Amino acid sequence: MTQAEILTQLTELFRDVFDDPALVLTPETTAQDVPGWDSMAHITIVVEAEQRFGIKFRTSEVEVLHNVGDFAALIAARTA
Amino acid sequence: MTAPALSWLPPAGPGWAQTLRALTHPDGAWDALMALATTRLDGLMTIRLDRVLTRLFPTPPAHLTTVPIRLALLGSSTVEHLAPALRVAALRRGLWLDVRCGDYGQYATAFLDPALVAYAPTVALFALDSPNLLGGLPEDAAAVPAWHTAAETRLRHAWSAAQQAGCHVLQQTVLPTALPTLGQNDHRAPGAPATAIAHWNHRLRIMADEAGADIVAVDTHAAHDGLIAWHDPVWWHRAKQDIHTSAAPMYGDLVARVLAARQGRSSKALVLDLDNTLWGGVIGDDGIEGIALGQGSALGEAHLAVQSYARALARRGIILAVCSKNDDATARAPFERHPDMLLRLPDIACFIANWTDKATNLRTIATQLNIGLDSLVFLDDNPAERAIIRRELPMVAVPELPDDPAAYAATLAAAGYFEAVNLTAEDRTRGAQYQANAQRDAARADAATDMEGYLRSLNMELRWSRFDRLGLTRIVQLVNKTNQFNLTTRRTTEAETLALMHDPAAFGLQLRLLDQFGDNGVIAILSGRLHDGALRIETWLMSCRVLGRGVERASLSLIMDEARRLDATSLRGEYSPTAKNGMVRDHYATLGFVLTAETDGTTQWTMPVTDPISPPPSIRVTEAQ
Repeated sequence: MTQAEILTQLTELFRDVFDDPALVLTPETTAQDVPGWDSMAHITIVVEAEQRFGIKFRTSEVEVLHNVGDFAALIAARTA
Repeated sequence: MTAPALSWLPPAGPGWAQTLRALTHPDGAWDALMALATTRLDGLMTIRLDRVLTRLFPTPPAHLTTVPIRLALLGSSTVEHLAPALRVAALRRGLWLDVRCGDYGQYATAFLDPALVAYAPTVALFALDSPNLLGGLPEDAAAVPAWHTAAETRLRHAWSAAQQAGCHVLQQTVLPTALPTLGQNDHRAPGAPATAIAHWNHRLRIMADEAGADIVAVDTHAAHDGLIAWHDPVWWHRAKQDIHTSAAPMYGDLVARVLAARQGRSSKALVLDLDNTLWGGVIGDDGIEGIALGQGSALGEAHLAVQSYARALARRGIILAVCSKNDDATARAPFERHPDMLLRLPDIACFIANWTDKATNLRTIATQLNIGLDSLVFLDDNPAERAIIRRELPMVAVPELPDDPAAYAATLAAAGYFEAVNLTAEDRTRGAQYQANAQRDAARADAATDMEGYLRSLNMELRWSRFDRLGLTRIVQLVNKTNQFNLTTRRTTEAETLALMHDPAAFGLQLRLLDQFGDNGVIAILSGRLHDGALRIETWLMSCRVLGRGVERASLSLIMDEARRLDATSLRGEYSPTAKNGMVRDHYATLGFVLTAETDGTTQWTMPVTDPISPPPSIRVTEAQ
């Protein structure tokens, strides 16, 4: 899966999580950019991504996600 | 990891999200939200539904007929992620619930907080994780009991504070997350944490009974789903979530069903479809001989398990009804005449079999039983019937059933429709069954030392009858599938069996074993023919589940009676070895037959026909009426 495909799927996931069909993600998007992206929403995003992409993140990985680009890169590495 | 799924609810349709998004005004939204909540929600869907729910109903809807609940969620670690699922699961049961989470880890002193007291919670839910609970657990075995006592006292004080503040107390059991150090015999390690958790969960139940609190049994559910489905160490380390966020929907449902039970909102009656639900096949097409029901056939046993669970529910006070598309007499026939039916007509409070649509019939059932439609659970294997009832009568609980009837009973149980917080006095009078169970356990305990006494205590009755049309399917099936206790492994067809039934020089017997615990079904088949004055035993087979009960000798006594009836001078037996029937190699020798020939492992045996042979004293042999 390419990073672009992952970003598309992540956008859909974020739209579901935040109930915002107009939400647009870029690799540079951070929690500060999305209203409601608090620690609880973050867990929802990570767990939902694990289910949708069929992967399991390591404890060390979920600690260090700075932005959407990091997240997409991690998913790309795991689904490769 | 598989998240615990709300498997009894139908999957959400494709329009779920759109319908949810369209709900922007409270008018009519409560019922619509209830319908959306009554689908197989996952964690994210729960959060999305909750967002609309809390926006439209920050206060209870005006027409609400249930008592609004303000719940204080008091955890020893992170619990905030459970709140949406609690609200949504309450909604599923028509309850409006608001949640306030206590300060992190402050469950013991929560009611010293004036803000919480001012919130005036009606329910306090204590959610303790095992690391918190086991803090200070001594390694010195002698100090462990005192530690338990002190921990129990602390928790009792916390409950008591909640009760004094006007709360009903719910206590979540502890997830067994501690790892063993010794392994399977970890209980021998002084202060073993896993053992302390098991003890604690046992004690919690006793303490809850004493204090009038209710248990939320996450330990039981984790044992069923797998601990990893409920507790993920990653999220424990990352966010101090003892309950995994994916398990939240199930957690919410477990809490909500207890709250609903406390408001008398649990279902009261189980309405059963018949064809392919209580038995396999269609009674109108297959006839009473053709339906799959009872011991011996896997499918028949699966349907029997449904009956068994329904009967168990009936014994604790759930009303049973039947709703079937059938002619009335046809539908009643198995209840009246099929030997393997567990449920009988007296067990059914309302029996409706006709060709009217089932929604109309369910209304009739509710009226006749004088209970609300929202007290009915409708169990039907047919997805079309389920869909119609959900659409016509959304207040009726309709569990989604898996393809395999073997899982019907477990699905019904998982749904928690009949959640009860105590047994009423009326329920308790139906205690005969519980006594029987206790007696069985006692009998088993004695069996190790006194086999003969055990067999006598079983109160066995071997009920025999000649081959008949009613038993034909079962006879042929047993003959063709029994491999182990089968002397000749001779297979047969229905036509051959019918021919044997009409042969005056032959006999065919089917044996049913009953004991004090119930009916084991047809467990043995015997047949033979006269041949030069000797009665040749062609088929002698038995179900292995009744081995060691003396059925073999009782069977011989029946064969001897047949030989005398047919004026045979001797019995002839044959053992024909296969890969699977080694267990009966010495069968005839054990019974006193004499070996007359042996060819390639096949042995021939004989016994003179003499006086009748007595069955073992522990078995009563009777002819079926």
